[in-house]
Formats: sequence, C-alpha cells, structure tokens
Amino acid sequence: MYVAVKGGERAIENAHRLLANARRGDQSVTEVTLDQISEQLGLAVDRVMSEGSLYDRELAALAIKQARGDLIEAIFLVRAFRATLPRFGTSEPVDTGAMRVQRRVSATFKDIPGGQILGPTFDYTHRLLDPSLAEGFVPEVPAAAEASTAPTPRVTDILGRDGLIESSPEAEDGAAVGDLTREPLNFPADRDLRLQNLARGDEGFLLAMGYSTQRGYGRNHPFVGEIRFGEVEVEFAAEDVGFAVPLGAIELTECQMVNQFKGSATEAPCFTRGYGLAFGQSERKTMSMALVDRALRARELGEEALAPAQDEEFVMSHSDNVQATGFVEHLKLPHYVDFQSELGLLRKLRQEFAEANAPDAMKEAAE
Amino acid sequence: MALPYEVVYYHRQLQFGKFCQSSVDPVTQHNTQQAQRKAAMAVLAHAEAGEIAARLRDLALPAHQDLRAPENGLVMLRGRVGGDGAPFNLGEATVSRAAVRLASGEVGFGYSLGRDGEKARLIALCDALVQSRDFGGLVERSVIAPLREQLMVRRTRVAEETAATKVDFYTMVRGEG
Repeated sequence: MYVAVKGGERAIENAHRLLANARRGDQSVTEVTLDQISEQLGLAVDRVMSEGSLYDRELAALAIKQARGDLIEAIFLVRAFRATLPRFGTSEPVDTGAMRVQRRVSATFKDIPGGQILGPTFDYTHRLLDPSLAEGFVPEVPAAAEASTAPTPRVTDILGRDGLIESSPEAEDGAAVGDLTREPLNFPADRDLRLQNLARGDEGFLLAMGYSTQRGYGRNHPFVGEIRFGEVEVEFAAEDVGFAVPLGAIELTECQMVNQFKGSATEAPCFTRGYGLAFGQSERKTMSMALVDRALRARELGEEALAPAQDEEFVMSHSDNVQATGFVEHLKLPHYVDFQSELGLLRKLRQEFAEANAPDAMKEAAE
Repeated sequence: MALPYEVVYYHRQLQFGKFCQSSVDPVTQHNTQQAQRKAAMAVLAHAEAGEIAARLRDLALPAHQDLRAPENGLVMLRGRVGGDGAPFNLGEATVSRAAVRLASGEVGFGYSLGRDGEKARLIALCDALVQSRDFGGLVERSVIAPLREQLMVRRTRVAEETAATKVDFYTMVRGEG
C-alpha cells in the first residue's frame, strides 16, 4: 500500500529548476527548435505520435524537447495532453490502398503492379558512421524519374483474388468498434481491440515478442507480403456539415505479414495473415505488430497457445509503456510507511527466530 | 458567439433549400454543390493558414461573422484489419474546427488536422464563399485553384523522387557454377 507524504515543496521546486537547466544544457550551444526536431529527428517524432496515440507532429516534437529526448517520457506527456481535449468523433476508416506511396516493398513477390519502390530507407546502407554528417552536411538533390500513374494495390488484395490467402474479417453488422481509451480491457479481447492495443504498444516490447515467435516460441512462418509507407487522406463525417469532410493527410506505415497456411476438411488451405499499421514511417514497429497480431490469433486458428506472444492477456497487459513505466517508476517514490511496516514485521520475525534457536541453557534459565 | 446547435439549425435550412435562390432542381444542385465544397475543402486542408489568408487578402469579401469560434479537439482515426476488413481504432489526431456565416446567409464549415484555429476559420469562410452565388466563382479562381495547383506541384515532385527509387530485383539462378 502506498501512503502519501507531505513536505519537500522547496526542494521539489528547486529540483525542477535544476531540471530546466539540465534540459537546456550549455547555454552557449544553440537551442534546438521544434522544426529541427520534426524535420531532422522525424522517426523519433513518428514513434512518439504512434505510442502517444496522437497524430500531431508539433506536439510530439515539443514532448521530445521537454523530455530531453527520453521518448517514453515524451509519450507520457502526449498521452496526458490528449486527455485535455474533447473528442469530436471518429474518422472514416482510412484507405491504405489509395495511399500515395513513398515506399513499398514486397519480400514475397518480385513483380507487383505498381512496382517495388525503395523510398527513403536504411535498408542496404552499410551501417558505418558517417563523419561528414557531423557538421554542415548538404545532401545531393534527390534523383527524379517520371512519376508513375499506375495504381499500387495492396499485395494481399492481389493474392486474395485467387483465394490463396485468407480474406480480411468483415465487420459484423451493427457491431461497435472497441475503444480501449473508453472501456476497460476485458479478456478475451477481439481483434479490433488487440490491434488498437498493439498500435499504441511499445516498439521494443513488440519487437521482442515478434522476435520470440521467429525463434520458435509460437512459430508462424512469416513472410513480408508488403510494407508500404506514404500519405493517406482522412475524412470525418461531421454531423453539422452533413457529409464526410476532408481533414487533410497523415503519414502511415502498413505491414501485411503472410504466414503459414491452414486448411481443414471443409476449407482449402490458404495463407494466414498478420497486420500492422502505425503513424509515420514506423517499419520495425509495424512488422513487429504484424508478427504479434498473427501470434495472438492462435485461439481463432485452432493453434496450441503455449508461447508468451500467443497469450493475449500477457501481451496486451504489458505492451503499454506508459502503464509499465508508471508502475515500475513509482517504486522510486517515498514508500516510507509501507517499508516501516515491513521492517517492523521483519524485526518481529527475527526476534521469534532468535528465541526459537537460542541455546537450551538460555531457555532453561528463562524458565 | 453562437452555440453549436444553431450551426445545425442554419445548416438544415440550407439543406432544405431555404437559402438556395436558384431555380435548379434543389436535390441535384445540393449534390453538385456538396461535391464542389468537398473538393475545395480537400485542397484547403493541405494549405497553410498563411497561404489561404494571403490569397483572400486581395479579395473584396462580403460581411461575415463567426458562427462557431475556432475550437480544438480530437478525432479518433480508424484503420481496417488487413487494410480492407473490419474497422479498428488506430489512434487520435488533433483537429481544429470553426463555422462562419456570410451576411447573405451562407454557412461555411472548416475542419482541419492540427491545432491551427485560424486555418479552420479561413477554411470555413472559403466554404461559405464557395456556396455563395456572387462569390463562388471568385473564390474558386483566386484561392482554391492556385492552392490546388501548388499542391499538385508538391505531390508531383514527391512522386518523381519516389519513382527514381523504383527497383527491379532479379532472382539469381541457383546452379553448380
């Protein structure tokens, strides 16, 4: 049990002043701007938006600055901010098939309509530190080629036409979409809630969980059917306007994982799927999410669920880094009363132990 | 400052054709006008507040007032399982909204990702102007068309840079050699 403490206001105030100075660092060094964070540390911003579960580049950049680059602290700040605004409603589901793709690769099909597009990627770089980036680096102007007007359908849609891959689950008529920001989590959880949980889940946790399935703890034989990154348009059915209003575009990454096939006496065998979707360019996150999404479908697909990644209660209860850090980090707050009672109990036990093990002579003398 | 339900009230009047002063079939007109408004909003949502303001500045605008002062809030963004299946909640986005009414009665709405209330107000003003018989053509020519052009240029540049990274992978033939 945690018992609150009082006092220490002056010390706390001074500690926060010291933090503000530590955050700023050496004041002869130029202060970093939100634009600089947003433009030059873009993937950190993407991660804070994804796990903070709030699409707003400027706020995410501010959170990163305030948190001194501690991304989990920044995610915490964004989540707290989110609670201060009213919700106008929910968007129309975005159409990732209509994405203006800036990157799109498939590890399973070489020749896909619309082509394989590498886009801005770390893939195929040599991972050697580049000293020329240290200062004053001006990149070459990007190469340009004739813009393609060919559509870029999702690879899974193409494969799905031949029945080789299971189709996506349709919404049940009138079924409400689960929202774990509104209702407490209950198990078993449906796939909509699982995907919402994974989409805001910690990248490191999901990476480790996904990795564990590859290493044999709930193996499901994955291939990357497709990863795509780019802009999608968002529409919002505003009641006062009377039609779906365009809100602008957001950047998304989508991963379609194609997994081991399954069939039965009544159904022809086909590939199964895992799905990942996240704000910004978040490939590791969406790949991990897709691996874990597929692992969590064990029950539905009649697989034996023995590995941690297949246990939805385990995964969903531990994926949120704001919850996790809250519980872990609260341990450093004063627990004096708590600890005093433990200390009292321990002293009593030790005394009993000492008495029970005292030499017989002492016991006799005592009697 | 008016209350939100008044916005709905004015809008309903608009829908029922009270402010439609044309002899055209009200239903057809409503649909084409709706498509026009939506197309204009799709462009404006991608522009900066300053860009819209700069293009409106040179126009002799009719009298107008805020029907709903700019307000920030959230919209829960939805995706679909597998990209095409049942919807799920992906995460929220900040959104700003506003409503503006022209002296002649047209009510415009502005919605935009982000927290720029002034941008929402300018979009609402443009939406009201798009519906106006006297100003619809002018705002399309002087504000929306140039912004659309600018947006297309930006998109084309990104598409061209993207196209340069299109790759052909060749599968190596496995053999003894």
